[in-house]
Order: sequence, then structure tokens, then C-alpha cells
Amino acid sequence: MKPIRRFEGVVAPLLRANIDTDAIIPSREMKRVSRHGLSEGLFAGWRYLDVDERRPDPEFVLNQPAFEGASILATGPNFGCGSSREHAVWALQEYGFRAILAPSFGAIFERNCFNNGVLPIRAEADALDRLLGDLGSAPGERLLTVDLENQRLAWGDGQSFAFEVPEVQREMLLNGWDPIDRTLQYGADIDAFIDSDRKQRPWVYDRG
Amino acid sequence: MARTLFDKLWDLHEIRPLDEGESLLAIDRVFLHERTGSIALTTMAEEGRSVRDPKRVFCTMDHIVDTFPGRGDETLMPGGTAFILATREAARNAGIQLFDIGDPRQGIMHVVSPELGIALPGLTVVCPDSHSCTLGGIGALAWGIGSTEAQHAMVTGTLRVSRPRNMRVRFTGPRPPDVTAKDMILHLIGRHGADGGSGYAVEFCGEAISDLSVEERLTLCNMAVEFSAFTGLVAPDERTIDWCRGRPYAPGPDLQQAAEAHWRELVSDPEAVYDRQIEVDARQIRPSVTWGTSPQHTVALDGQVPDPASVGNPDTRAAMERALAYMDLAPGTAMADVAIDAAFIGSCTNARLSDLRQAAHWLQGRRVAQGVRAVVVPGSSTVKREAEAEGLDRIFEAAGFEWRESGCSMCLYAGGETFGPGARVVSSTNRNFEGRQGPGTRTHLASPLTVVASACAGRLRAADWPEAVSA
Ligand code: SF4
Repeated sequence: MKPIRRFEGVVAPLLRANIDTDAIIPSREMKRVSRHGLSEGLFAGWRYLDVDERRPDPEFVLNQPAFEGASILATGPNFGCGSSREHAVWALQEYGFRAILAPSFGAIFERNCFNNGVLPIRAEADALDRLLGDLGSAPGERLLTVDLENQRLAWGDGQSFAFEVPEVQREMLLNGWDPIDRTLQYGADIDAFIDSDRKQRPWVYDRG
Repeated sequence: MARTLFDKLWDLHEIRPLDEGESLLAIDRVFLHERTGSIALTTMAEEGRSVRDPKRVFCTMDHIVDTFPGRGDETLMPGGTAFILATREAARNAGIQLFDIGDPRQGIMHVVSPELGIALPGLTVVCPDSHSCTLGGIGALAWGIGSTEAQHAMVTGTLRVSRPRNMRVRFTGPRPPDVTAKDMILHLIGRHGADGGSGYAVEFCGEAISDLSVEERLTLCNMAVEFSAFTGLVAPDERTIDWCRGRPYAPGPDLQQAAEAHWRELVSDPEAVYDRQIEVDARQIRPSVTWGTSPQHTVALDGQVPDPASVGNPDTRAAMERALAYMDLAPGTAMADVAIDAAFIGSCTNARLSDLRQAAHWLQGRRVAQGVRAVVVPGSSTVKREAEAEGLDRIFEAAGFEWRESGCSMCLYAGGETFGPGARVVSSTNRNFEGRQGPGTRTHLASPLTVVASACAGRLRAADWPEAVSA
């Protein structure tokens, strides 16, 4: 996994509440047994006037020139609710998003983000509104710095606010660690637990 | 210290804390399906890893497989066959049990897993599928995960989990005789919002819950994720224990007694403290239906489409206006005046034998209205067989329903089958999101009983049925 420490990027606003993973990547866009090739299907139901012909809807935020190359998405509460499909994160990531700002996230989606090195940042709706209001509308003025090391978002000339990411996740992202490898380091604890649990709850391991 | 049921399940599985609020938990069962499980299995193989204990990992074909009679590996969904073939090969290589197309045990994962005794009270069960919370209905601690976490669970036998808080939802009083578990959960989400359970493990209790059959509890917990809960739980009781006994993967004769004694301890202590409590008066619940594109857009069937203008919060109002535009409905319209094009009974929410029995019982001697396309898809091949043995298929077909093979079918649109753009569907499923059942398709969530009553009326309609509905 690629570490995340500090980066600067264009922030794109998509301020709707309860954007579900079906909207982020519709089922029909998950065409192959693969985590790749999904970015074209990102927000397909909203992004295209004609999905089959991939004719873009100029009104949709990601199709506007000011947000070209956006790597930060600012959005509404409960972002990523619904289906557990990790394809939602893979599609956002492949499109270029590295951080998502929202008042809250769907729980499975949030964990999927951490597991793929995409940073979900919880930010109150008011704070998000202020931030977006502060940024200018010209292409160069939509820039935001995400600093995971110090847990701060910074923009303009010196404005910033603090955010918080659970410490385990922060360490994982800063170092680009693989969660499976990290867990396998606890192999002895896992073996010991299973040995004793097998005596307590034998039917879990063998029907008997 | 007094503990909740959830606390007890957590403690039983905690291998070690990792950090404040996060622990390494032992995972007893992993269940996969061909859409997200295929990726977990193939990525695992690519990374050169293997399953720690293949006996405790299972897989079924439900999401992509067609449900037409005589189906095979070919699918209406473009590219679907590749998922089926990849899953079959990866499952074989990983040494896990696959319930393949044609296997008498095949079906929708959350129907199959309790039905076969793979999910049991007190077990941790995870699936790369958000409706895993269904299994809380028998007192399993079950939740949905992503494909990467599924791989983590298979390889290590554990997951890193941040601990949710405790919520108790108590349904007091007896429910009215025409109210089903589906109406109860829709009512709760309608009142407390689609994010009302966010961050919580939700335990359902109270008179109206103990009174539910085990299958109704599965329906109730199925939609805990539509309430944004980490999971839903109902404490196992004698009904649960009877229901689990003798199932193919349930404890055999040597271990049955010990297991059942353990399950009887899985209840919240009387003095246990919850972070949040909600009381719902079950006597006030009416048969319900959704009017919009979120499960919180719920009204009683004898109610009306709400008016966004009456709502103060501008974001909520905007979301309601969007939903009305998508659903092509005007504020103030009586739900009973809304004409439908299609009726669907299926899904992990409401396609178990008791659902089909109840719907068929009401349908007997009635006919689907002209112009309405009606489809019923049993939740598993076992349910299908048992329903056919009772002649339910003949009742459905005589009334004008199509009778299908088991699978997720039109609960979701994966590029294959749909009722079509603009079609208005009354559906026993769990998600009414934009496009969930196909581009432009409009979904009204309801109980199977409401689905058959609406199918016959050609309009949204509660079943007029004076007797108790619980089969
Ligand atoms: S029936 Fe629907 S909700 Fe249930 S697992 Fe299948 S697609 Fe998901």
C-alpha cells in the first residue's frame, strides 16, 4: 500500500447526504473480477447523460474544468452507506481521489478506505461549508493540503483545521503497512486463543 | 460488571486489544458470494496466501447467477459468466465449501447460512456483503465487510474491529395482527432515520420481538444496515434453539447439549447499560411502504406522500424533492392511489418459507391485476423445494406470478434483468435506492403480504386480512 503523509490537491464538492455505494459505482459497472478498470463507472448514473455512450453531463461537478484532476472529495453525511462493495473505494481511488471529507461515513465504506490507503476525514458540515466558501472558484484556488502526520487540513494563506484519525489507522496509512501482514505478527496470540476456545466452544471447530 | 448481549459476544471473541476502541476479534465463519467473494479469493491467491481453516469458510452463487428455470453458467448480465467460473475455480483451489449452481443447498447467502446451521447463535460471521447483519436474528454477531477484510478474515481467522456502541430498541406492546416484521423495521427507520443506528450494535427486544418467529427476526435484523447500524441482534431464546437444532452444520448429538447451554447464556444482564435507548410502541405500527429513494422515506399504506415544503431542514427538503422527482410522485398523493407495474417477492429480507407461505395463503383464489408483472424468487433452493412440496408454487402460478430458481435476482440490477426504466415496483427487498433495481426503475419497499395485495389491486394496498398474520 502506498503511504499517505502529506499531499496537496484540488477539492471537488458533491454535497448530498446519504450517497450510497450503488451511486458511487452502480452494480452494472462492476464488469470484471478485478479491482481495476472501475474509474469510468464512478458515479456513472450522475456523470453521464448517456451511460452506454459515456456522454458526460456538463452539469456534474467532476465534468467541470475547475475540478479536473480533483484528488479530494467533499461530501455530505453518511457517504458510502449501503452495499459493502469495495469497488466504491477502488473506483474513487483509480479516478484519483486520495481523501474524502464528510461529516460521517458508512461504516463498511470507511474501513474499506483505510484498507486501501484512501483517507476518510470526518469534518463537521459547518466546517466543510466554511472551507468550501473560503476557497475561490478559479482553477488554482481549489487547492487544499492534507497533512496526515499533523492531522490538519490547510488552505489559502494560513487557514486550517484539525481532524482526527484513529491512531492504528493513521500509523497504517503513514507507513503504507498491509493490515494482513500486521495481524500475522500476532500469530502466537491467535493460536493461543483458538487452542483455548476450542475447549470452550468445540462445536465452532468441529460439529461433533 | 453488567454486560449487554453485544458486550458478551465481543468479549467471547476478543483475542487482544490493538488500540483504544479497536480489537483483534476471532472470526468463526466467513461466507462469500460470487461477486465480491470472487475478488477476495483471487486476490488472496495472487498474493500467495491461503485460508487458515477452510472448513469454516463457505461460498454460494447468488448475486450474478440467473434465476430462470434451466439456468446454467450463462447469465443475462454481460460478463457474469466470468464471475461464476472464477469463483468456482478459486473456491476449489482454496479448499472451501461452495454451494454451486445446481447444488440443492444453493441460495442467497443470508438465507442459506442460518438454514444450514452455518451461522449459529454466538458465532462471529462475516461476509463481504452488507446484509450479513441478518444473522443477528438468531443471535450471531454478524456484520458486512469489504473484499480486503474478507481476505484478512480467511487468512488470519481474525479481523481488526473498532468497537461500536450499544443501542437498545425496545418494541413494546403486541403488534397489530396485520403488521409484519418488515413493517416494524420500516417504521423504525422511518421514525429515526436511515442513519439512526450509525456507530451502534443494535439489540432489539421487548414483547413484540419475543413474539416474532425466528424467520421474522431474520427479516428485522436484515435491515439493521439500512438503519446504518454496525449490526442488529436478537437474543437467542428457546424458539431460536429449537429452530437451529438438527440443521446440517449445527452441533451434532455429542456437542448439542453443551452448545445449547452456552446459547442460553447469551442474553443481556438486567442492569446492563446502553449508550442509547429507543422505545417503539408496536401497537401504533401500521402496514408500511416506502415512497422515496431511502428506506427512511416510509409511510403507512393508508397515508400520503409527504410534502417537502413542510420540512424545515433544507438538506432534508432537497433530498425529498430529488426523491419525489425520481419516483414521479406528487406530495399529498394517497399511497393507495399509486398504480404499480410490477410486484417482486424475493431477497434475503423476505423470501424464506414463512414469507412465501403467508403470501401464498393470501393469494389463494386471487389474481394479479391486468398489466402487472409479478415474480417470486425463493430465497434458497431448499426454500424452493419445500415450497413446492406444499404446493405454494402452484398457488403463485395460478395467481399469475412467475416462479423462479433461487438467487438475488431483481433485488439488484447487475446489468442483467430488470423491470425496466420508469417501471414502478412493489418489492419485498431492502433497498429503494435510485437505480437499485435498474436504471430509472422505481422501488416501493414493503412486506410480501403488501406485495401480493398490491399485485392483485394494481395499486399499492395493504392486505385486508383480519386474522393474525404470523404463519
Ligand atoms: S438478496 Fe439483495 S440484499 Fe440480499 S444479498 Fe442478494 S443482492 Fe444483497
